[in-house]
Amino acid sequence: MTGPPLIEIEDLRIDLNHGSGRIPAVEGISFRIDRGETFGLVGESGCGKSITALALIGLLRQPLSIGGGVIRFEGKEIQSLPAAGQRALRGNRIAMIFQEPMTALNPVSPIGRQIAEMFVLHKGKSWREANRLAVEALASVRVAAPERRVKDYPHQLSGGMRQRVMIAIALACGPDLLIADEPTTALDVTVQAEIVELMRNLCAERGTAVLMISHDLGLVANVCRRVAVMYAGRLVEERDSADIFRTPLHPYTQGLVASLPRLGSRGVLGRNRLKEIAGVVPAITNFPAGCRFNPRCAQATDICRTTVPETSLLETGGLVRCHHHA
Amino acid sequence: MKLRANLAIGGALFAVAIFVGLLAPWLAHTDPVLDANLLNAEEAPSWLWWFGTDGQGRDIYSRVVYGARISLTVGIVSQLINSVIGVGLGLSAGYWGGWWDDVVNGLTNLMLAIPSLIFALAIMAVLGPGLTSLLIALGLTNWSFTCRIARASALSLKSQGYVQAATVLGYGDLRIMVTQLLPNMLGPIIVIGTLGMGSAVLSEAALSFLGLGVRPPYPSWGSMLSEARDQITTAPWLSVFPGLAIFLTVLGLNLLGDGLRDVLDPQSRSRHT
Repeated sequence: MTGPPLIEIEDLRIDLNHGSGRIPAVEGISFRIDRGETFGLVGESGCGKSITALALIGLLRQPLSIGGGVIRFEGKEIQSLPAAGQRALRGNRIAMIFQEPMTALNPVSPIGRQIAEMFVLHKGKSWREANRLAVEALASVRVAAPERRVKDYPHQLSGGMRQRVMIAIALACGPDLLIADEPTTALDVTVQAEIVELMRNLCAERGTAVLMISHDLGLVANVCRRVAVMYAGRLVEERDSADIFRTPLHPYTQGLVASLPRLGSRGVLGRNRLKEIAGVVPAITNFPAGCRFNPRCAQATDICRTTVPETSLLETGGLVRCHHHA
Repeated sequence: MKLRANLAIGGALFAVAIFVGLLAPWLAHTDPVLDANLLNAEEAPSWLWWFGTDGQGRDIYSRVVYGARISLTVGIVSQLINSVIGVGLGLSAGYWGGWWDDVVNGLTNLMLAIPSLIFALAIMAVLGPGLTSLLIALGLTNWSFTCRIARASALSLKSQGYVQAATVLGYGDLRIMVTQLLPNMLGPIIVIGTLGMGSAVLSEAALSFLGLGVRPPYPSWGSMLSEARDQITTAPWLSVFPGLAIFLTVLGLNLLGDGLRDVLDPQSRSRHT
């Protein structure tokens, strides 16, 4: 495909403004998402994946702010757009669904109205037309009897249903990019599978690019074509999802893959302990010098403790940030 | 659901007051202003003059009935003005925060520090007596509680998931305030508004009693009390019936407000059952 990529992030830094000083919560983040591509961002809690997504839609609030770098949507810098221009992107071209379907819907408004509002807001439809489209949108997320369901209030729906409604709202205006921030964490495992399947199918049908944020490497690898792994505010590895599973390169990714339980493996059968990564994530105020993973890394050498590794391009495509793969 | 006595009684009293005000021309026996006849002056209550007559021979019953129009108009309209100002300022202050929040907080504290009746008196002194200035004076002086409640609700609601979701979905600030925040804080606002209506009826009576409200010969309950105070020993019915009307209306509004709070506030509901 020609033309600029849908989303391009270059050397993004997000600062945590803390008293007098600024602490970089996230730095050196670069990635791109093409039209219709599925991209996963994986990392443990607090590694900065959610605030990266918020930065992307221009919704960082104090004490967080963008400290440097560029975010481009279709080649245009998002930060330089006026507030109204950013708002016109949100919900219309870039949509987002959240972790908590329980709280993400307005409790005093029928769900049909909440879906219809998107058409009124971004497409300038009349309420009558918008209500008709809302029924269609609800049908498209496989909700039974949508013409009756639009009158329901959020408390009348189950968690899975609410997440379907959230997806209907997010995809209502046919966005180019859907950001899914831990979309299934709050759901039962069986419902999780349905929702993921639904989201994948709908986005594939409509050519919507997906940025999936999760701590679940298995889920992301299943849904996304490319995966980026974050650790302590930095990208450590970015590869095709098949490769990252087969041959993880960064020691952190290796640890993650090794810690996944596999059906029928010795670990699951209880004969072997599951692998774990020793140690804990460093606090944001206390990141170690050099490679931030070095205190927990079995392969760490002197250079890892002093020098920040550069990102290196792999021959097979993909990036890794580790001295041992330079 | 169990029938709540305060809600039922309060609602009934308020409904009767509204009903009397609306149907005044049909319920009244005589014209409250024009039908003065000195031959009937200071008659005690009887089958002919239900509430008696005043010094000019006007029927007190008819004047109380027409007085409902003025008292309720003042109560409802001035409280509506208060609610609009209070919600507008409080909601925007809570949602936007920053310097605007400081300004609104300062204003609210100022309003709370000055007794609202004194402030209303000052406004009336500038505007002169009359119904319109009464509405303005009472409408501008009693919004601080509504403002406090709206601001506190907005502060707690804006961190709710659905408000943040609305931001992400591209809602503008105004749309978020109207569609996301306002409907979710309506319960306490309605309660405060109902209670405020009761105090506005009282304030109207007080201002009219002091001669700053509705001017004679037009009947408002407060101005009737004011005119009757000289004859309180000789013709007590002149003050008893307008006083009773004020008492029942304010009682009704307060009971209604309490009842609505029980229904709308889940925490006080669980305390009662």
